[in-house]
Amino acid sequence: MAPDMPPGDDGRETLMSLQGITLAFGSKIIQQNVSFDVRRGSIFAVMGGSGCGKSTILKSMIGLLRPRQGRYLVGGDDYWQGDDAHRVTVSRRFGVLFQSAALWSSLTVGENVALPMQMFTRLDAGTIRRLVELKLGLVDMLHAIDQYPSELSGGMKKRAGLARAMALDPDILFFDEPSAGLDPITSARLDDLIVNLRDGLGATIVIVSHELPSLFAIADDGIFLDAQTKTPIAHGAPSWLRDHCDDPQVRAFMHRERPETLSGRTD
Amino acid sequence: MERLVNTTDHGQPEWHLDNDGSGHVIVLSGEWIAQDGRIPPFPADALRQVEKGQDITFRTEALGRWDTALISFLWDLKQQATGAGLTLRTDTLPDSARKLLDLLPEQAAPPPPPPHRGFAPVTAVGAYTLDSLTEIGTVTELGAETARGALAAATGRGRMRMTDLMSNVRDAGPSALLIVSIVNFLIGAILAFVGAVQLRKFAADIYVASLVGIAMVREMSAVMTAIIMAGRTGGAYAARIATMQGNEEIDALTVFGIPVSSYLILPSILSLILTMPFLYLYGCLIGMLGGFCVAIGMLTVTGAGYFHQTVNAIALNQFEFGFVKSIFFAALIGLTSCRIGLRAGRSAADVGVAATRAVVVGIVGVIALDAIFAVIANTLGI
Repeated sequence: MAPDMPPGDDGRETLMSLQGITLAFGSKIIQQNVSFDVRRGSIFAVMGGSGCGKSTILKSMIGLLRPRQGRYLVGGDDYWQGDDAHRVTVSRRFGVLFQSAALWSSLTVGENVALPMQMFTRLDAGTIRRLVELKLGLVDMLHAIDQYPSELSGGMKKRAGLARAMALDPDILFFDEPSAGLDPITSARLDDLIVNLRDGLGATIVIVSHELPSLFAIADDGIFLDAQTKTPIAHGAPSWLRDHCDDPQVRAFMHRERPETLSGRTD
Repeated sequence: MERLVNTTDHGQPEWHLDNDGSGHVIVLSGEWIAQDGRIPPFPADALRQVEKGQDITFRTEALGRWDTALISFLWDLKQQATGAGLTLRTDTLPDSARKLLDLLPEQAAPPPPPPHRGFAPVTAVGAYTLDSLTEIGTVTELGAETARGALAAATGRGRMRMTDLMSNVRDAGPSALLIVSIVNFLIGAILAFVGAVQLRKFAADIYVASLVGIAMVREMSAVMTAIIMAGRTGGAYAARIATMQGNEEIDALTVFGIPVSSYLILPSILSLILTMPFLYLYGCLIGMLGGFCVAIGMLTVTGAGYFHQTVNAIALNQFEFGFVKSIFFAALIGLTSCRIGLRAGRSAADVGVAATRAVVVGIVGVIALDAIFAVIANTLGI
């Protein structure tokens, strides 16, 4: 753990661990030597300005991008070690809400949630229907069960995507910009929902975002990535970093200041 | 999402309704994991023995691991309890389960009404006719608008960008040469084979040259090239425009006031119109070459004789006829495939449907148009 962790770390067990991860596209390095731990039951925020590689880190954590270097442990298992079958098994623990929700456009909302269950479980159609209704009920989307994604608003797509991410009852949920493009009220509702799901289902949540109100409200741990040095510059809960971190870059981000010394866009 | 409440029990998920004197109690036990597929249903008449207005509490000491399976059961229970006028004491549930239960609505969604599918032939025919007429109108309008755009471009006031046109021409022309060569060479060779068998019986070997030449120039090269372009370029145009439709790119063009007809459709159609006639001429030559190869190999024909016969048989106006046909085919393929792309829906499947439809409409359209040309040519005696 970095020395600038917030005091009074609660000592929950480590569920995921990134150790010296370097990510690159071709010769272009995105982030290097990234190390952090995600503890079980936490809501972990990956923060940073636009274009610093937040989404790329997430991509690598859900298995879409193999890191150039480093180890990625999920529950003690080395994720990138071993064959594809091993990764598929580990990935079954993941649920992902993509930035654009990425609902399958030729299926209805209900079918979107049902598909992973039909593919990966032996449940009968009646049980699947019950579980689909339950999951859509949890995100308040039951009324749209027979609608197609093209008929939904942005916030509804996000919530439907969240229901789909929960389809297989994963214990790790990844959210890429969950509240981007949502109004403050819908965004706050989504925050409540995320906390409720964490508390209710005991899931661990990794969230990529630069929506400050939402981060302060829900995240209890996190990491701050810097685009210039291409490496993490601060660890800790967003609200703790806001109050205690001295790094000018982090301060500017957390307080929405317009930095004079920085050339990059930070919000 | 498993929560350990009680690790001593690892049995089947079970429940029963008890009355311990102080009130009704639902006792939950075992492991409630959705993917094990053993969620017990909550029967509709289970709450009949409980009188209206009473409380139901929960006992969860024997409850093992659970996930959404338990919530699903509790939701069923909650709906029935509400219906029967009973109060669920959810505060006796594990905290996390209560929170999730609170998120759920009181009532599950009513099943959707079955779609109305009556057999109404008159309505169907009427709707189909109206649709077709509207479609013809729209395509004509689009064509006219594109033509206006072309006119404006010709006078230097247009909105078409030369780079778009050039990249479209490159895609439609040079990169199609190989497949046009292969198909036309084989068609020429096949015609020569078929002709050779018959003509040899009359010792009229040399007329194979006339047969191949006239067939290629009047019909085959133009039609075959058009079919290739419908499959290759028409399908690509439809898929590209349909994808743009799905990404709101068309909407963005409209908002900027950039006319879709001159920015997107005009370069597409123009590139086909510019390349297809030349592909046709090229196809004619390659077809004759195919016929020549077969004739030299199978028949008693000299190279010079074949060449001489070909030149004698084909009048220049035959080429003109084929050339003009190619231009019409190009316009037809370009216009229909762009129109099909524009009217596509916004999902991934719709892109596939649009591409397929563009190819089918293109091929059928080309052959139908060719038939019309044949009738006209016959009437005019060309």
